[in-house]
Amino acid sequence: MEGILFTTQKALYLLLTGDSELWSIVMLSFSVSLKAIIMTTPPALLVAYSLVNGHFPGIRIILAVFNSLLSVPTVVIGLFLYVMLTRQGPFGDLRLLFTQNAMVIGQILLCFPILVALGYATINAADKRVRETAMTLGAPWWFTILTVLYEVRFGLLAAVLTGFGRIISEVGISMMVGGNIFGYTRNITTAIALETSKGEFAQGIALGIVLLVLALVLTTFLSYVQGKQETST
Amino acid sequence: MIHKLCLVAVILNIFSAGTNLAEPVRLATTTSTDNSGLIKALLPHFEKKTGNELHVISTGTGQALRMGQDGNVDVLLVHEPEAEKRFVEEGYGVNRRAVMFNDFVFVGPESDPAGIFGEQDAINTLKKIFIGKHIFISRGDDSGTHKKELFLWEKAELIPHKSWYREVGLGMGRVLQIADELDAYTISDRGTWLALKSKLSLKILAEGDINLHNPYNIIAVNPARFPDINYLGAMSLIAWITSVEGQEKIGKYRINNQILFTPNALNN
Repeated sequence: MEGILFTTQKALYLLLTGDSELWSIVMLSFSVSLKAIIMTTPPALLVAYSLVNGHFPGIRIILAVFNSLLSVPTVVIGLFLYVMLTRQGPFGDLRLLFTQNAMVIGQILLCFPILVALGYATINAADKRVRETAMTLGAPWWFTILTVLYEVRFGLLAAVLTGFGRIISEVGISMMVGGNIFGYTRNITTAIALETSKGEFAQGIALGIVLLVLALVLTTFLSYVQGKQETST
Repeated sequence: MIHKLCLVAVILNIFSAGTNLAEPVRLATTTSTDNSGLIKALLPHFEKKTGNELHVISTGTGQALRMGQDGNVDVLLVHEPEAEKRFVEEGYGVNRRAVMFNDFVFVGPESDPAGIFGEQDAINTLKKIFIGKHIFISRGDDSGTHKKELFLWEKAELIPHKSWYREVGLGMGRVLQIADELDAYTISDRGTWLALKSKLSLKILAEGDINLHNPYNIIAVNPARFPDINYLGAMSLIAWITSVEGQEKIGKYRINNQILFTPNALNN
């Protein structure tokens, strides 16, 4: 096997020379995960809001369910979705298996509970007077919701970034329902798995570096956002 | 619920609009054809000639056949003749054609503690490994290579013991790497071996038995079972890969000037 220094050098070379195959894989990862997070955020925050402010039975049970969903392994979500989307499965007629859309749905399933759980904690910690004031002043229900969410926007942003970090780095769902198809459903993580199996460690490490840099940017941004939240309250 | 999912599908489609209009051909194939780089070399030629987009999913032969049986792919390029025949007989597949062949080889550490070097009989090779209790890595993933290995153990009337026999459940490339790290023996298709050879310290130790023959066939998923499957696309791949051009491209695919697969669609 080639030395680690040489492999890393080769990886950096691939990244910096703008290797088109590598960067198209990176773009695909971002496009899929961005779609998923954009479609998950509004409904998940609404659910979180209603769990905080709603008055219906079973709230605690629903919360417990979402919290336990946080620890479902991605391969299990992948398997569940595969069985749903396979041709003879309940949603086989939609022909979604081995498409980018299947990956998007899988990632939505993965980050929905995360956003609900983190969103719940954030909204629950919001000053209750904000909602009461908005309601007393006669704001319509949707405006009240927006006001409360706006009040804790930094915390919610942190939740969304955490969710995004989770789905862009997952491999189980993408591999199972995406199929790792070159140029179509091959994303950063499935490509790393494949390149490793071919002994092409440089390509794998290069993609790993991209994920690492992304994680670094997200965490830096996150701590910046949290700092802002502290000063604003 | 179904309505909601349809809605999701519609929304998703709006997002992904403008990708491609023609239905892609979905091929399930083995890790051996993909890890060796063959499929990647053939793909642009096929797409250029036919205008069809090819989506390649690489997995073990067992799972590839299952994907075909479930109608999740349109066409299969696999290497386990017995299972393929059953697949066609049971009505899951049609138009099975020979495409190419290579062979399996026994690889192991250069020190060769089991002393199988130069052995031309696959059964004797296994017996030596068995007697010496040397570490042997098995694919363990229901792939064509795994089935071949199990067939050989059975033929040798030996039951390997787990103290030295390791089933790893991974593709060929990973298995070769693991064997390399552990100084173990394993069985590999020649294509993947040649593709990875330069990164490994293992050596070919035994080869040449007729039992180690490894033929690859292409099969279209039966359109009678799944009327809206991309049967025309599947047949265009079968036609191209068994055409003079396709066969030439397979024969010309080399790594370090060594042929990985010998085309055989046109001479039988």
